[in-house]
Formats: sequence, C-alpha cells, structure tokens
Amino acid sequence: MIAREQTPMRQQDPAVRVGNFDEVPLGYSEDEAIAEAERCLQCPEAPCIAGCPVRIDIPRFIARVKERDIAAAVATIREANALPAVCGRVCPQETQCQGVCTLGKRFEPVAIGRLERFCADWEEQHEAVSPSVAPDSGHCVAVIGAGPAGLTAAGELRRRGHAVTVFELLHAAGGVLVYGIPEFRLPKAIVKREVDALRALGVEIKVNQVIGRTHTIRELLDGQFDAAFIGTGAGLPRFLGVPGEHLGGVYSANEFLTRTNLMRAYRFPETDTPIRVGERVVTVGGGNVAMDAARTALRLGARESTIVYRRSEAELPARAEEVEHAKEEGVQFRLLTQPIRFSGENGTIHEMECLRMELGEPDGSGRRRPIPLEGSEFTLRAETAIIAVGNGPHPLILRSTDGLDVDRRGNIVADAETGATNLPGVYAGGDIVTGAATVIEAMGAGKRAAEAIDRLLQA
Amino acid sequence: MYRILSKETVGPAIREYIVEAPEVARAARPGQFLVIRLHEDGERIPLTIVDTDDATGGITVVVQEVGKTTLEMGDRFGVGDGILDVVGPLGEASEIERFGTVICVGGGVGIAPLFPIARALREAGNRVIGIIGARSQEHLFYEEPMRNACDELHVMTDDGSAGDRGFVSDKLREILESGLSVDRVWAIGPAIMMKVCAETTRPFGVKTIVSINSVMIDGTGMCGGCRVEVAGAAKFACVDGPEFDAHEVNFDLLMSRQALYCEDEACSLERYKMRNPVGEERDQ
Ligand SMILES: Cc1cc2nc3c(=O)[nH]c(=O)nc-3n(C[C@H](O)[C@H](O)[C@H](O)COP(=O)(O)OP(=O)(O)OC[C@H]3O[C@@H](n4cnc5c(N)ncnc54)[C@H](O)[C@@H]3O)c2cc1C
Ligand SMILES: Cc1cc2nc3c(=O)[nH]c(=O)nc-3n(C[C@H](O)[C@H](O)[C@H](O)COP(=O)(O)OP(=O)(O)OC[C@H]3O[C@@H](n4cnc5c(N)ncnc54)[C@H](O)[C@@H]3O)c2cc1C
Ligand code: FES
Repeated sequence: MIAREQTPMRQQDPAVRVGNFDEVPLGYSEDEAIAEAERCLQCPEAPCIAGCPVRIDIPRFIARVKERDIAAAVATIREANALPAVCGRVCPQETQCQGVCTLGKRFEPVAIGRLERFCADWEEQHEAVSPSVAPDSGHCVAVIGAGPAGLTAAGELRRRGHAVTVFELLHAAGGVLVYGIPEFRLPKAIVKREVDALRALGVEIKVNQVIGRTHTIRELLDGQFDAAFIGTGAGLPRFLGVPGEHLGGVYSANEFLTRTNLMRAYRFPETDTPIRVGERVVTVGGGNVAMDAARTALRLGARESTIVYRRSEAELPARAEEVEHAKEEGVQFRLLTQPIRFSGENGTIHEMECLRMELGEPDGSGRRRPIPLEGSEFTLRAETAIIAVGNGPHPLILRSTDGLDVDRRGNIVADAETGATNLPGVYAGGDIVTGAATVIEAMGAGKRAAEAIDRLLQA
Repeated sequence: MYRILSKETVGPAIREYIVEAPEVARAARPGQFLVIRLHEDGERIPLTIVDTDDATGGITVVVQEVGKTTLEMGDRFGVGDGILDVVGPLGEASEIERFGTVICVGGGVGIAPLFPIARALREAGNRVIGIIGARSQEHLFYEEPMRNACDELHVMTDDGSAGDRGFVSDKLREILESGLSVDRVWAIGPAIMMKVCAETTRPFGVKTIVSINSVMIDGTGMCGGCRVEVAGAAKFACVDGPEFDAHEVNFDLLMSRQALYCEDEACSLERYKMRNPVGEERDQ
C-alpha cells in the first residue's frame, strides 16, 4: 500500500522559531527519506524529469535512496544540479517536478524536494565527491555576478578545463542566496559550502568588483578573457510610486533583507548595521520576497506582521510552503488591498492608507485584474512598511556596456538556448535576462550558456 | 584585505588615509566614492575618493570620526593594517568641462571631496574660486591643497579665527552680489550647508551641484536606502548621483533620512566606547 500522504518533515515549532533565525524545516532522517522514496511509483513516463528545469533524473535518484545508496543518489542529482542543498530548500517544487508527479493525480505527490535536500545534507555529513576537471584548455572566461546563474556557469566552465574568474560586487558570493533569502530558509553556511567547493575546483572568485565601474566588460574582453557571462540578476528594487514612500521606516524588501541577511543586522549591536522594526509592520506584495520580509520582521521583534496584497489568496505568487509557514508564524494577510499613501510624523511612517480591491477579468499575466472599489479607503497603522513589489534589472552593467541589446523592460536580450547576446563572446542568463524568476531557472540558464561558451572556445 | 599605506591626522578627529586598492585607483574619477567594510561584523560605509596614485595603487580618503565605524577606524586601523573590503569607484563622476568661472564651496569634511573636483576643473581651463569653511582655525584642514587647486581661495570660520568670520554661504552670496559672472557652483558639505548654498545661488540662476551623502549600504543600486527626491522623482544617490542639481534636491527629506538611525548609532557608539576605554587616547 502506498501512503497517501507525504512523510512529514519535522520543523521548528512556530512559537519558538519566530524568536530565532534558525532553519525552520529540520530535514528527513534516513528512515523518513526511505519511507518517502518508497512512495515513488517509478512510473516509466517520469513526468517529473520534464518538470525539472535542469532535468534531474528524479526516479533514478529516488531508487538509489530506496536502496540506501545515498552516495549514488547524490551523484545522480549532481549530474544535473550543482546546488542540490540550495534547490532542495528553495525550489517551487509544487509547480515543477511535484506538480506533474503521477502519484500526485490521486494522492499527495512524492516529496521530491525534501528527498533532494536529504541527499544533499547527507553529502555534507560524508565525504563529498568532487567532480573531475578537464585539463587546462588555455581559455579564460569572466563570469559577472556570483548568483545562482553565475556560479553554475562558473562551475560548468571550470569542469570543462577553462580558467574562470567570477566578479562579484558585494563582499560575499551567492547573489540573492546570501543577501535576499533569509537564514531561516537557507542557512548561509550552505551557500558558503557550495562557493568553497567551486573555489576548490579552481574557480577564482573576486568579490568587491563592480563590473561597469571597477572594470568594464570591454576591458575584460580586451584583456585576458576570451568570453564573458553576465548573471547580474534583478537587483533593482521597485517602489510603488505613491506619496510618502520615502518616509523613514519605509524599506524596499531588498534593503530590509540585505540589512538582515548580508549585514546580519539581527545581531546588532554585536554587528554594526542597524535596522528599524516597529511594533506593526506591513509588507506590500505577495511573492516569496514578501513572505521572507514579513517573517523576518516577526523575528526582529514586530508584534504584528501583515501582508498587504492586491489580489486574492489564489493569486499569491509565493511558494505554497512559504505562505503556510508565514501563517503558522502569525503573519496576517490583508488580501485585495492596495496601498495608496504613506503618512507619518517627524519624517517617519505612522500609517498607510489603502483601497480595497475586487477581481475583474484576467489581465496579460492570466491572473484576474484587481480593480479598486470606489470609496473603500481605510488606514492601517504601521511603524515599518516593506515594499516587495518586484525588482528590475541591475543597472550598472547595462549603463556601462555600449551596444548591448536590452528589451523594453531593460533586461538583456539573450538567446533562450545559448544565452548569446548581440555582442560577440558575451553571454547572459538568469534574472538579468528573464526578469525576477527562480534559482533553478537561473542555474539552468547558467549551465546552457556555459555549454555554448565551451563550444565557442573549442571551435 | 586592502592595506593602509599611510595615516595622518589632519584635524580634530579628522584623518587622512591612503589605502592600497590599485584597481579602484586606476578607474577612479573626481566625484566618485568607495564603500568600505572594516571587518567581518562591520558596516558598509561610503567615503569619497580624494586622490589616487597610480604608482602605489593608493587611494586617499579623509575621514571624520562621527560614530562607531569611523572612530574604530581611527582607533584601531593604522599603517600596515588591512581593511577587509574596499569597493569602487562608485557613483557617477563629476561633470568636468570648461564652464568659465566656477565657485567651489566646501564645508567641514566636505572640503576633502571638493579638492579633486576643484583641481580637475582648473585643469580643464576654468577659473576656480574656492570657498572653504570650518568652525574655527583648529577645524580647518586641506587649506594648502585647496589653495594650490584654486585660482583664488577664501577661508571662512564661524569665529573668525582664520580667514573671514561667517559661513561659506555668506562669502558665496558676496561674490555673486559683486556682479562677477559665475557659470557654475559646486557645494559639498553637511546637508544644511548645501541647502543654504542652493538657496543662495537660486536667485542668481547659477547652476549648482551638490554631492548627496545619504545613508548607503551596497552603494550599487540594490537597496534604495540612499534614495533622494530630485525634481520630485526618487533617485538613488549611489548610482544616479552622488552629484545632483542643488536646485532640484529635497534637502529636508535628505536630512530626515540621514537621522533615521540616530538612536541605534548612539547605542553602537556608546557600546564601542565602553569596550574600548583607551581607544581614543591611544592614537592621539
Ligand atoms: C527575497 C527573495 C526570495 C526568493 N525566494 C526564492 C525561492 O524561494 N525559490 C526560488 O527559486 N527563487 C527565489 N527567489 C528568486 C531567486 O533568488 C532568483 O531568481 C535567483 O537568485 C536569480 O539568480 P541570478 O544568478 O540570475 O541573480 P542573483 O541571485 O540576483 O545574483 C546576481 C549577482 O550579481 C551581482 N552583480 C550585479 N551586478 C553586478 C556587476 N555590475 N558587477 C558584479 N556583480 C554584479 C549581484 O551582486 C548578485 O550577487 C527569491 C528572490 C528574492 C529576492
Ligand atoms: C557618497 C558619500 C560620500 C561620503 N564621503 C565621506 C568622506 O569622504 N569622509 C567622511 O568622513 N564621511 C563621508 N561620508 C559620510 C560617512 O559615510 C559617514 O560619516 C559614516 O558612514 C558614519 O559611520 P559611523 O559608524 O562612524 O557613524 P554613525 O554613528 O553610524 O553615523 C553618523 C551619521 O553618519 C551618517 N551615516 C551613518 N551610516 C551611514 C552609511 N552607511 N552611509 C552613509 N552615511 C551614513 C548618518 O547621517 C549618521 O547619522 C560620505 C557619505 C556618502 C553617502
Ligand atoms: S546604497 Fe543601496 S541603492 Fe544606493
């Protein structure tokens, strides 16, 4: 008999975890992992593989787990995915592999993400098998941006024997994985381990390097580099453009999360970067970023943390698990609500004026368009507001690279298969091409571009 | 690590450092800045690039000790020590052209960032009139470099202990009222000084450039913490600036945003001082 439901994963009690920044889900034990692996039907169609943006051979790795050959399971995953400990934690599996799982048609789908995480964590406890590196090709590639796209491209290129230098503007490598996604969802030690593994392969990672300022792409290509990959992400925070938005206490989610994660403001004054969190915090937006901000606010001492989102629950773009975790922790949801003004005293925010919305016909995104209800204004008290309504392309590369084609939204135009841009030898992938998307898609783009660059260099 | 090549006290709680960062030195232009982080638990703070030396790869910064990070730098970071992170050059460089006659106004620690701009303006063929000011003679620094960089230099102190008594904006008004045709003004210093200079030049219709020192984190356009209102629109001081048209800047918003973390900053400073009771004397 196949269990109808997924083997539950132990997690920190909500009442306890809102008081700390430790990881929330605690992972499977080996027995739990095997119990879950036994639920996999090993169906010949294996729709999960096609559901995975990097095409992990999911049935095969699950079969190895079932046989307790975890090392072989890890090796199977690593053939396709260089960051399994990250992806097992942050991928939106419910819309990818698990969304198409055959078992999921009748019961709960196999918990593929949890199994992936189990394998990756097992690997950490045991000796890691470092991938082989081809003999030196004599070629050098510059990778700009150390997010998932850039790190993946760097690893793939290095394995093919090319010398790779990654240029990162922040003081730490990882992109959103270090500055955006909170510790309680993705411990920074995991990212560091992955970055160290790349260094061990021989990838040179140079931090504090702003391409477009410290060097330009042109200079890199005129110098030692034969090709460049741009993975600079969607780091430019958007604001609502409503009055009062520049009052103190109104943060972009990027600033709020960067202060907390990258600068570790949650340990202030032991660390030097402060953050201001009032009793009542409102977060505007409905994606992963908004959930992360609202949950972080609770951990920083907010008494009330409220998500304000202009559509309804069904349209929330965040991963289901994040919404559920947020609710368990006491985050409140004000759906069908749109802020129209912030007001304050002495330069800091005090309250937020909102309108109620209703849903009309579907818009360009296929989701039902929110329409303001006339005369429905009301105010919410808040000492802190966090704007999480999306990010635009990071501007510095675009401003400094003459002739690079960008689209209407300012994203780099790159071939979907190869990542090639209109400039010879310059490739791009990840959020800087697609707009804000997912870790795994950025990794997929980095991998495809690395393959294309390899073909270019071998030719 | 970025090694400190030299360190000198140039005024009360004002020190000049030369830090080894050849890649930054090579690319830097007047008006640009750095972000530094002293150590693993440190804050990222912006500092203007005052000078560069291609031969040594050194960049000069002048730091006024106003809080925890700047004080700690003064106390604990000496020649040969390493600063963990230095990133730059950041921001757009000053627009240096042959304008004609330019007045460069510097107040307090703002004199240091003004210096490379004045020098570059003069090299570009402008007649450069400098006005620098401080509380008193004791607080005045960089007078010599400024004198060399300008065709004419006026010194102002609040108490008249050096140069003329009064504010830099008083001298600025005097010159503008004298009927001299002035093509552009640069004003760098505390926000309130820049605001007053902007109001001084506005009636004369002289385009005035200020360098906005809002609170920054990344310095690269990723957080929006540094946003200022310019001509009614939000601009990120770190990538769109730091220099803006003074007549379009909302200085009141800038000042209220600069004061956002006052309590935390005071707490951090107190804590630092308590733990480092000898720190301040050690280096004097
Ligand atoms: C708070 C938050 C939560 C998220 N949660 C999830 C989740 O749960 N699951 C999921 O799949 N996705 C999530 N995402 C989205 C995901 O993180 C991104 O899609 C992914 O990180 C994109 O990878 P990337 O490599 O393209 O860019 P990034 O991760 O943005 O990395 C780009 C890197 O380039 C650097 N850079 C930029 N410009 C320059 C330059 N000029 N010179 C040098 N370096 C430069 C940046 O500093 C950065 O380190 C989340 C995003 C955020 C912000
Ligand atoms: C573009 C720019 C260029 C600058 N150039 C110089 C310079 O050449 N020399 C110099 O002495 N100072 C300069 N500053 C100001 C300097 O960054 C601050 O004095 C410093 O960050 C104070 O840190 P602290 O911990 O010592 O003091 P704190 O006690 O933390 O702060 C004191 C005051 O400094 C300001 N400040 C605090 N943190 C920041 C931050 N992260 N970013 C910006 N301002 C902050 C605030 O207004 C605060 O009230 C510049 C600022 C900017 C934005
Ligand atoms: S300092 Fe972060 S955007 Fe300017």
